Amino acid sequence: MDTFTKSQTRETLESVVIRFAGDSGDGMQLTGSQFTHTTALMGNDLATFPDFPAEIRAPAGTTYGVSGFQIHFGSQDVRTPGDAPDVLVAMNPAALITNLADLKPGGMLIVNTGAYTKGNLKKAGYEQSPLEDGSLSAYRVINLDIQAMTIAAVESFGLGTKDALRSKNLWTLGLVLWLFGREYEPTVAYLEQKFAKKPAIAQANIAALKAGHAYGETAELPSGIGPYEVPKAKLSPGLYRNITGNDALAWGLVAASQLSGLKLVLGSYPITPASTVLHSLANLKSFGVTTFQAEDEIAAVCAAVGASWGGAMGVTTTSGPGVALKAEAIGLAVMLELPLIVVDVQRGGPSTGLPTKTEQSDLLQAAYGRNGDSPLCVIAAATPGDCFYMAIEAARIAVKYMTPVMLLTDGYLANGAEPWKIPAMADLPQFKAKFVTERTEGFHPYLREDETLARPWAIPGTPGLEHRIGGLEKNYDSGNISYDPDNHHKMTKTRAAKIAGIANSVPEQEIEVGEATGDLLVVGWGSTYGAITMAVRRAREAGKSVSQVHLRHIVPFARGLDTLLRGFKRVIVPEMNNGMLVKMLRSEFLVDAIGVNKIAGQPFKVAEIENAIDSALENL
Amino acid sequence: MSPSEPAKKLTRKDFTSDQDIRWCPGCGDYAILATMQRTLPTVGADPAKTVFLSGIGCSSRFPYYMNTYGFHSIHGRAPAFATGLKLTNPELDIWVITGDGDGLSIGGNHLMHMLRRNVDVQMILFNNRIYGLTKGQYSPTSLVGLRSPSTPLGSIDMPVTPALLALGAGARFVARSVDTMAKHLAPTFVEAREFRGTSFIEVLQNCPVFHDGAWNHVTDKARAGSTMLMLEHGKPMLFGDKDGPQQGLRLKPNSLELEVVTLGEGGITQDDVLVHDETNRSMAFLLGGLEPPNFPIALGVLLREQAPAYDAGVVAQVEAAQQKGMTDVDKLLRAGHTWTVE
Repeated sequence: MDTFTKSQTRETLESVVIRFAGDSGDGMQLTGSQFTHTTALMGNDLATFPDFPAEIRAPAGTTYGVSGFQIHFGSQDVRTPGDAPDVLVAMNPAALITNLADLKPGGMLIVNTGAYTKGNLKKAGYEQSPLEDGSLSAYRVINLDIQAMTIAAVESFGLGTKDALRSKNLWTLGLVLWLFGREYEPTVAYLEQKFAKKPAIAQANIAALKAGHAYGETAELPSGIGPYEVPKAKLSPGLYRNITGNDALAWGLVAASQLSGLKLVLGSYPITPASTVLHSLANLKSFGVTTFQAEDEIAAVCAAVGASWGGAMGVTTTSGPGVALKAEAIGLAVMLELPLIVVDVQRGGPSTGLPTKTEQSDLLQAAYGRNGDSPLCVIAAATPGDCFYMAIEAARIAVKYMTPVMLLTDGYLANGAEPWKIPAMADLPQFKAKFVTERTEGFHPYLREDETLARPWAIPGTPGLEHRIGGLEKNYDSGNISYDPDNHHKMTKTRAAKIAGIANSVPEQEIEVGEATGDLLVVGWGSTYGAITMAVRRAREAGKSVSQVHLRHIVPFARGLDTLLRGFKRVIVPEMNNGMLVKMLRSEFLVDAIGVNKIAGQPFKVAEIENAIDSALENL
Repeated sequence: MSPSEPAKKLTRKDFTSDQDIRWCPGCGDYAILATMQRTLPTVGADPAKTVFLSGIGCSSRFPYYMNTYGFHSIHGRAPAFATGLKLTNPELDIWVITGDGDGLSIGGNHLMHMLRRNVDVQMILFNNRIYGLTKGQYSPTSLVGLRSPSTPLGSIDMPVTPALLALGAGARFVARSVDTMAKHLAPTFVEAREFRGTSFIEVLQNCPVFHDGAWNHVTDKARAGSTMLMLEHGKPMLFGDKDGPQQGLRLKPNSLELEVVTLGEGGITQDDVLVHDETNRSMAFLLGGLEPPNFPIALGVLLREQAPAYDAGVVAQVEAAQQKGMTDVDKLLRAGHTWTVE
């Protein structure tokens, strides 16, 4: 589709990282997502990282109201949103002061000079304007009065200055699209649809977008700046779309509902960054999805457990604080041995922590955070698109083993996007759920299947199978209440054995990159996947003996992990927490694994993991 | 039931499970259980489609003793489990069993929200004004001054009146009865079961071990005529001991309060006495708060107000969406912008 008119010679780049930063009200998320959308249509591989404040409308011009959106796109395999931006768009002084340190030396800096007023400079903490004191000399600065140019572009629409300025992000988007050889038509189509009922607003925005694009085309930019071309990536053939982790998760749950033949019932309570899963599913009622916004986190999981008992696929979606509240009810589901999917879209903790920032610090809570010996299955998605498949995997395990499954994603996966090769439902294996219906005299709800140790699923409404279940310990044979000491021992061991046995239905642990033995093994889980892969590849290109293992199944671990861990002189475990998987690996396998920890509310940069690899190799 | 099988008339035995009952001797729960087991067969209840769901506490052992589907959940959360179950299978006839601690203390939030949503289940709150299972601490319905292991000098918190809380939360069906009054309790169960929406029934229940006689001021047979007002829709609200004068309730002139009047005194006749209107929410609020010694306690249906049930609304939205919306996941995954890589 590369029909772009090349009026100038464009320099070809393999990959580019752009960060759009501005005030929360400046529309940076929209700018970023529209740039992403067009870039996906152009055939580049990409990864994005929206980074926004917890405040809905922080006071304008303040540093804590700065919202950012980073996109990394290229003609090669792109696995992360990029370590440092090549291009920084700073819509106001607060955006500049909070983001400048990340910009690569010599990077391009687009500055909206109109916003560099005395008041804004002061709010950002500048004593004098950085545009005048030479402090930006290390960068290629493009000073543009975007505000004035936007007002001029939309003049004919008769908007007030305040309304006219709302289009300044689209003027900026127009310019950046031009700089990287992208068309504006997809954004025009988007604006026409979004503002279908307000055509004047749509037309003003489109005018601003086109004006920004035309500015690049006609204006003389400082020498050495653009324009550029980023050729298409070589993705494997197929039909693609852009997808965020939370959408992939919602769609994966719907797919799982059809593959299992179970009605999907979601009990949820709004919480950042998980709420959009509830929103997505609330819009998918046509697939027979029931969504219930409960009065609190506890009611949400309890409703899901009630739904599971009734023969549905009960799901609850939340983040760390919500999991803490749900712990008792999840323990009940362990005791009842009912299928249940608990999705934890992790964020920074403890307590309210960093609601809009990403972290992997709920792993121990997921694995161990309940009273009593209460084992359950814990799995984790590696990329936004992988959330689709892991939602299906969670359902498969929950139904086959009659157990709660905790599915871990995080804020970075939830909001981040990647091009995703769309699967066909016909290619996904079915796992039809079976309810017992055969009328039995004295039905025993806890008599187990030999292979999986799963108990039968008898749902209310089935004649002849009336039974009582609850949180009290059960007799192994009859399922009736039992306080017998030996029975409790046996039941505890049985519940643990059932969860351990899940590994029998999971493929052996694979090596992601590299050989099965060598000097250094980097073990990761969750959203660190992309950064670790890139770092390991680079280290291998430099001739280092490094391999990568990435865990999707954490409780239980996939078979064969033990052997892999023992095949290397050193094991390091990068995690966005203070060391959780590393503890589990050390305690389970007695391996001297070493943690590499980043607890900044931000994903790992590739370089950070490369450095960790280098220092581990130096200390072999 | 298969068509070849002749419909069997069910009896109490069909609703009685094989579990040994573990309540204390003399517990009011036995009477409530017996009334439930006797009543369900008379209204054609199907054990397979009947569910008893409870939280934690003495009353919450109830599901184990009913030969229906039963779910003994966690403290205070039964309404939430019941809501999820009802949304999954609206054909089930669900009874939530709770107590004053389970329902009003730890589970107060869920009780309130189930009532306001009007989920089609019956909720029976066994009110004995004490924590039984944890051995006698005061509860949210205990009266001020109650000495208990956790209030050795007497409790100082103001109690909650369950019926008023339910009305305040927007409950559409609110009734009250007494554990041992089977002839009153049974029809209350039947009417609650027939109501579409959440039916809230407070049962005054005696705990002989930790709070014996908590309701004697109401149920004492010698005075019961003047301490209980048996509500009947469309009937004047009259009460009084057999041998004593007949009394009634009327609105105190120029106020929004009830007062007790004696027929024949000061020219009061039956025409002066208020007629119970179970569709009148304001009247229900006035009646819900009455208690001896100054007033009789109101028993029976305080409020019955038809309103759409939550589960029916949820199902209707899903069904409407299914009829006109997308049902093919492949189409969903391909909706919006896609591109092909050759």
